Formats: sequence, C-alpha cells, structure tokens
Amino acid sequence: MSTVEADTAAPEVPRPPSGMSDRARKARKALSNPWASTLAVIIAILWTIPTVGLLVTSFRPELDVRQSGWWTVFGDALAGEGVFSLQNYETALFDGSTDLATYFVNSFVVTLPAVFIPIVIALLAAYGFAWIDFRGRDFLFVAIFALQIVPIQITLVPLLSAYVDMGINGTFWTIWLSHSIFALPLAIFLLHNFMKDIPRSLVEAARMDGAGHVQVFFRVVLPLLTPALAAFGIFQFLWVWNDLLVALIMGNPDTFPLTVRVAELAGSRGGDWHVLSAGAFIAMIVPLIVFLSLQRYFVRGLLAGAVKG
Amino acid sequence: MEWLLHAGDDPGHKIMLMFIAIVLFVALMGLILFVVDRPRNPSRWFVGFGFVGAALVLLTLGLLYPAVRTIGNSFMNRNSTEYVGLDNYVRAFTEPQFLIVLGNTALWVLVAPLVATFFGLAYAYLVDKSRFESVAKGLVFLPMAISMVGASIIWKFVYEFKPVGVEQTGLLNQFIVWLGGEPQQFLISAPLNTFLIMVVFIWIQAGFAMTLLSASIKAIPDDITEAARLDGVSGLGMFWRITIPSIRPALVVVLTTIAMTTLKTFDIVRTMTAGQFDTSIVALEFYDQQFRQGESGLSAALAVLLFVIVIPVIVYNVRQMRISEEVR
Repeated sequence: MSTVEADTAAPEVPRPPSGMSDRARKARKALSNPWASTLAVIIAILWTIPTVGLLVTSFRPELDVRQSGWWTVFGDALAGEGVFSLQNYETALFDGSTDLATYFVNSFVVTLPAVFIPIVIALLAAYGFAWIDFRGRDFLFVAIFALQIVPIQITLVPLLSAYVDMGINGTFWTIWLSHSIFALPLAIFLLHNFMKDIPRSLVEAARMDGAGHVQVFFRVVLPLLTPALAAFGIFQFLWVWNDLLVALIMGNPDTFPLTVRVAELAGSRGGDWHVLSAGAFIAMIVPLIVFLSLQRYFVRGLLAGAVKG
Repeated sequence: MEWLLHAGDDPGHKIMLMFIAIVLFVALMGLILFVVDRPRNPSRWFVGFGFVGAALVLLTLGLLYPAVRTIGNSFMNRNSTEYVGLDNYVRAFTEPQFLIVLGNTALWVLVAPLVATFFGLAYAYLVDKSRFESVAKGLVFLPMAISMVGASIIWKFVYEFKPVGVEQTGLLNQFIVWLGGEPQQFLISAPLNTFLIMVVFIWIQAGFAMTLLSASIKAIPDDITEAARLDGVSGLGMFWRITIPSIRPALVVVLTTIAMTTLKTFDIVRTMTAGQFDTSIVALEFYDQQFRQGESGLSAALAVLLFVIVIPVIVYNVRQMRISEEVR
C-alpha cells in the first residue's frame, strides 16, 4: 500500500554506468555460490512443474490420462510412441456437457465493461481529489483509501437483495455494477498517486490560460496518464476475469464466466482430468496473454502501492 | 426493457448488451462533464462534485450502505426477521464446527503470508543480479496471472490419488511410491489437507512478495552494501544484517497485504475440497452459510468478523498515508 512507494521509487531511476561493473562482479559472485544457485533452481522447478504437468496432460488422449502419469510421455516420446492431440480442447469447448465456448463469451462480456467503467469513474474522481480544492476533499479521500481493504464479503448479500428488489438480479448489469463499485477504492487511490506525479505547474499553467477543469483533464492530464491506465487496467482485467465470488453470487447460468464453469467441472467431473486440464488452460489463456504482454505495467502498478482486496 | 436486461443464452445478444452498456455509460459521463463545464463561474464545490460525485454515490450505495446492513443482519435470526442479539457471534465462537473454521482461518493467516514471503524473499535475493534474473522471476511471477480456480486445479492434479497397485497419475503420490511409500489421499486427511491447500495460495502469492521485495532490495544504496563488504560482511551475514533491515518497511507491507488477501480468499478451498474434511475457512463458511444453509444471520456475523479483523490494518494504513502525505 502507500508505504511501498518510498522504498520502490528508486529502481525506476536508471543506474549510473559505474554500477555495471559492480553488477557484473556480483553476478559472478552469486553464480559461484553453488548452494544459492541450487536453492534458486529448486524453487524455480517447484513453481513450474505443476503447471507443466497439467499442460502436458491437456494434450494427452483420455485413456492415457487415466492410465499413466503425465511424466511418462517423455519416455514414450523418446521411444517414438507419444500421442498428442487437441481432442481434449475440442471436447471442453464444444461438447454439450462442458460447452466452455459459451462461458468464454460470458467472461469476455463480463470483463470489458467491468474494466472500462471503473477506470473512467476513478479517473474523474482521482482528478477531482488531486486538482480541485473543494471542501471535505481530504476527508473523503482518506475515507476512500480506507475502503480499499474492506472485505467485499460484508457488502455482497445486501447488495444482492437490493438487486432482487429492483428486479435486475442475475443480469450482466448487476455484475458490471458490482465489479465497478468494488474496483473504485483501489482505482481512485492508484490513479491519484500517478496523477500527483504530474507537475503542478503544468496544470496550473493551463488553468491560468483560462482552461476549465474539463479541458485540463482531457488535454493535459489524460495524455500523461496512459501508463497508469495500463497499470490499473491490467489489474482490473485479471481481477474480473479470474473472479469467482462476485460471478457466483451476482450471476446466473446465463452470465457465469469461465471460472464458475471450470470450478463446477472440478466438482462434478473431478476425475475427468482430460477435460479438466484443457478447461483450466482455456480459462487461463487470455489472462496469460494479457499478463505477459503488459507485464511491465503490471509490475509498475504493484509497486505504485496497489493491492486489490 | 426485458430485451435490455436479459440476454438469455444468445451470444450475439450478450455482446450487443455489452456495447450498449459501454455507450450508455460514456453518454452519461459525457453529460456530467458537459454540465460541469457549462457555467461561466462555477463554484469549486460544484465542479468538485462533478468529478468525484459518481464515485461517491456508487461507494455510498454499493459499499457503505450494504456494509451497514450486513452489520445489522448479523444481530438478526436466520432469515433476518427477528433480533437475536449476539446469538450468531456466540454460535460462531462456540459450536465445534465453527471452531474448526476459526482455527483454520487463524492457521491460514499466520502461516500462508509468512511462507509466501519467505519464498518470495529468498528467491528475489538469490536471483538478484544473476544472469537469468528476468526469466527466473517470470517463472515465479506467472501464477499471479491465473485464477485461483485454475491454480487449484493445477495442484489438485499434483495431489491426485490412485489406489495401491494402479499406476499413479498424481506427481506427489508417484514420488511417494518411487520412495517406496504407500499412496495417500492427501486432501481428506486433516490437518495435513489444510496445509496442502495453503500451498496453492503460497504458490500464487510468492510472486507478489518477490516482486515487491526485489524492487526494495534493488533500492538499497550501493554504498551501504559496499561499506558492509569492506567491513568483511558477506554471504548470509549480508542478508541478515544489511538486506533485511533495509527492506523492513516493504516486508511489513508484503506480510500484511498477503494476510489480508488470505482472509478473503475462498476460491481455493472451495475448488479443492468445498470446505469438507475440516478445511473450511471463514471466507468460504460465509458463502456456505448464506447460500447453502440459508443462515443469513450467521453468514453476516462471519462477514463482520472478517471486517473486524482488518480494522487495525485499515487504521495503520491511514496513519501511514497521513505520514507520507506530510513528507511530500
């Protein structure tokens, strides 16, 4: 949270060239310590193998998956016997009993507005808190900051009954709305942090020239905030795409995203690892792509003091 | 109206609704900004509210008001028709079933953040400035991108059990068999199962700890490490006497943040065991009591309990923020 900032501001600053020789020396040092290297390699393997196992499994024929461990494929492959296919993915996506393609659409439909809406609202609010000096501003900002780690469990049930009273429960609208609400405290705080880094003189100069706040927002502030938007956007994207709780409570079978369906399969068809493995990777592929391509921004967001609750 | 609300199972309709929602939202926000920009000499309050108003309204109606209602419901009976005082809390703290849940939650909050931070820190320190740093960090970082449901499935497969005599398909049991042991049904034997489920959470959170702590390690000024080296400090001594004290504030943040996440995480336990075999925790029990047992009051009490546990952290964070604001 906010306290991280002070410690992590430094790495953004490029190191002086003299640091390079120092770096190289330390690198040699680290590699020369066999225990340290071994430990690092062990951790790396522990963190990778489980995923590799399930990934390999998702490409093996059903019978093989039931009868032997995934690690046997390496021996089989050497003997020229290994069989791989995309059959599991086809079954998981299009077979009537799993039908993940439908849920894929739902994940997509749930996620886009649930990322876009809170970003816009939070951008405006962050601008207001950063650059407009209205009464009660500081108190309100602290209050929103404090809301960041309040467990959303405390709001879910009354929120759901409010939706029921309005007759809109179980629609995409309530899911978009709920995700947007829950995202706001973090989004406002994070974007406010980035916004505070914009030089005051820049905003004030524009104000002097007679620009209203709306113009300043669009012409001066917004263009400078692209990295911040990417940072929060990727957070919120991963959060919503991977969410189970809100989807389960606010949704119905027509709106359930992949997470809910895959969790259901894990319960009802827990032994069908050929389907389950493929299903799990279908649910993972989009966040993985987003994550890998925008990793830089994600790290930046984390370091700016952002932790979603 | 019906068409706007429900898309049924028609994918085209769903996607249309999505675009309609975005367009409506953009139009609404545009209208707000238009009105804000209108008057020649608007009061600051008017403009301020124009910018922060939408957020305030949503947070008040969507977070504060429901939270207050949940607190109210926690003093009511199972269908919120009658006031029952502290009954729900008494039940949560006395019935054996809930004592297990509370015990598990305490275990989670104490163990998971420590272990995740330990691995994250050790790894960040070990790969720091090595040749493979970015790839190595990527490997540990990657689990943060996937859902807790997905992570649970990955690990459930590691823990998979087949009876003696049949070839094992779960890696952990295969190791036991290779070492000459008997395969175990890991997920049904308490208290081991709780720790094995925690592994999934640690596996995800270590990447978070690593990222923050790694940045913090890199921020230690070179002259400090250099001075220590000249004094003959090296290896583990360097780690304990220089690194740890220098990154202490970041360590506190990482530990508390992971602890907060631990409290709210219900996906993992739900996917691994659905809370059976004595593995349930408060965040999952809250869900089960509300939606499976129909015990609204009790469920609300559990949600309030989660909230009460995080209050000290909220207070601490606000104080820290005040301090850092003053520094600016």
